[in-house]
Amino acid sequence: MRMTTRFLISAGAAFLLATVPFVSREAFAADAPAAASTPRVLSIGGDITEILYDLGQQDKIVAVDTTSQYPADALKDKKSVGYMRALSAEGVLSVNPTLIIASDEAGPPEVVNALKSSGVRYITIEDKPTADGVSAKVRHVGNLLGADDAAQALAAKIESEFATLKAARKEIKTRKKVLFILAIQNGRATVAGAGTAADSIMQLAGADNAAVGVSGYKPVSDEQLTEFAPDAVIVMRRGESDQHKAGQALTLAGLRQSPAAKTDKLIEMDGLYLLGFGPRAPSAARDLMKSIYPEAGQAAAMP
Amino acid sequence: MTIADSKTESAVMIPSRPSRSSVFMALTALLFFMALLSLAIGPTGISLHALPRALAAYLGYTSDSAAERDRLVLIDLRLPRTLLAAFVGAALATSGAMMQGLFRNPLADPGLIGVSSGAALAAIATIVLGHGIAAPLVAPLGIYALPLAAFVGGLITTIILVAIAGRHGQLAVGTLLLAGIAVGALAGSISGFIAYASDDRELRDLTLWSMGSLSGASWQKVFAVTPFAIAIGFVIPRLTRGLNGFLLGEAEAMHLGIDTEQIKRLTIATTAAAVGAAVAVAGVIGFVGLVVPHVMRLISGPDNRIVLPGSALLGATLVMVADMIARMAVRPAELPIGVVLALIGAPVFLHLVLRRGMGGWE
Repeated sequence: MRMTTRFLISAGAAFLLATVPFVSREAFAADAPAAASTPRVLSIGGDITEILYDLGQQDKIVAVDTTSQYPADALKDKKSVGYMRALSAEGVLSVNPTLIIASDEAGPPEVVNALKSSGVRYITIEDKPTADGVSAKVRHVGNLLGADDAAQALAAKIESEFATLKAARKEIKTRKKVLFILAIQNGRATVAGAGTAADSIMQLAGADNAAVGVSGYKPVSDEQLTEFAPDAVIVMRRGESDQHKAGQALTLAGLRQSPAAKTDKLIEMDGLYLLGFGPRAPSAARDLMKSIYPEAGQAAAMP
Repeated sequence: MTIADSKTESAVMIPSRPSRSSVFMALTALLFFMALLSLAIGPTGISLHALPRALAAYLGYTSDSAAERDRLVLIDLRLPRTLLAAFVGAALATSGAMMQGLFRNPLADPGLIGVSSGAALAAIATIVLGHGIAAPLVAPLGIYALPLAAFVGGLITTIILVAIAGRHGQLAVGTLLLAGIAVGALAGSISGFIAYASDDRELRDLTLWSMGSLSGASWQKVFAVTPFAIAIGFVIPRLTRGLNGFLLGEAEAMHLGIDTEQIKRLTIATTAAAVGAAVAVAGVIGFVGLVVPHVMRLISGPDNRIVLPGSALLGATLVMVADMIARMAVRPAELPIGVVLALIGAPVFLHLVLRRGMGGWE
């Protein structure tokens, strides 16, 4: 009895003590009603956060999710509600948002349902990795915050950049085959196939996806890599320490004989910049095009 | 907590061990205390003093927005979460205790009879194929597709196993154990194959599901598991004497006049249903089923009249505590509960083992 009770009581007491800082600190901050005039925005989705910053609406953001990596200030200055597919209903409510702008990827569905019934305005933004999808997103987000003019200007700029890009694509005489490698694990490459954001951005940059017959992001064997025979390989840059790993891409057995390896054509780009399909999508596609077709003069015609 | 005849002191009891009623009183008090705490703390900082206001809003006496918010947080988010945590913990811990008793093996956990691997396979199939070939099946079920699939998948796997082990009219526990390992491996490989075909987002969903979470708790889920909670409470008292007989060995139990066949089948059916329901509402939560029964044995000795109901109480408490930490530690974000459980549970368990030995298994 003595042993048991002592153990149980001490365990209980220890836990109680551990929660004291939470309870006392929050008790004072609780129940403070949000000022009705300026919306308190929770942005769930890296592209949405990027659009809000571009529209000059960053002061209205109270919290973001962990996919909001750009601009870097977002996760530094704002609270983070965690990964967008693993939200917590009470966690989200605790930042007192009056407007939640979320990607259609946000989840889990039970939490999204609870938030929608919480009385907080919950807006879902459709996420389509296409040129039209980007400007549509910008207009939608701008409209929600009454920043229609800024949104219109930004959307028009994005559209004209995409138009320039389209003209540049027409100049390309021989299209090149490009392979996007998401990760290399145990010497095996995971490549981007059809239906991925990487596939879309390659098309926008005027290149063909070398990973024919693959859909989604899939690990492929060296033998299959030989078949792809890409003219260039794209890898994601993940910071300085990762460079040597990315450099391995062209030394993979399946790529050693490829045109890309022979011409040492390895393109390193930031993941969110390249695949985020936010306002920077046209410039990401343009940068990619420049890297794939450095010899062509068309890049000079770009703004 | 009514377990009959405490007149006959069990032979395996060691005199220095705490009495049954004191253990139950301590565990019940701890459970209620933690349940209140679980209702009182959360990232919004709304505490129990808001409960009257929340109830007023719930009953329709007020539609003031602050009161509505209190109602949402306390009654629609925290209360179902607390209840589900208690159910999941009790179901997993009791199942673990029953499995360890049935297999007479301290390493037995509910996964041995295939429920977890079957549930995982079905869940993975739903997550990955739900947007593709299985869409006509999954889409109409909406958010219920995943829990339903997990539950049915777990049950089917167990039925297959029982059919294999019970071919000759009698359930062979040894065959069940080995077939369980084989079927688990098979289910794991099919899961791996499906996971290979998944895209980036589905893969993340799979990973998160396999770490468990109670953030999707809702009243619907609470209602869905209520029959299972009642069934477990009903079955436990009927199993304790039989499982105590199994402590001596299956043949010995039979000679004591215990219907071993019935005990085996009842134990497996209860475990399959309980674990299936727990996995369905919270994903994969390991550790509880294996460890809580051990802790109970360390406290009270191997008598299943204490170990089974005690595991239910302690398991419920443990999962509630872990869930509180999961929702508070990185607020406003949330940690997967499986990670929290292993992180706090493993060192505590190790400490207990080192101090008090193996708890009746040596």
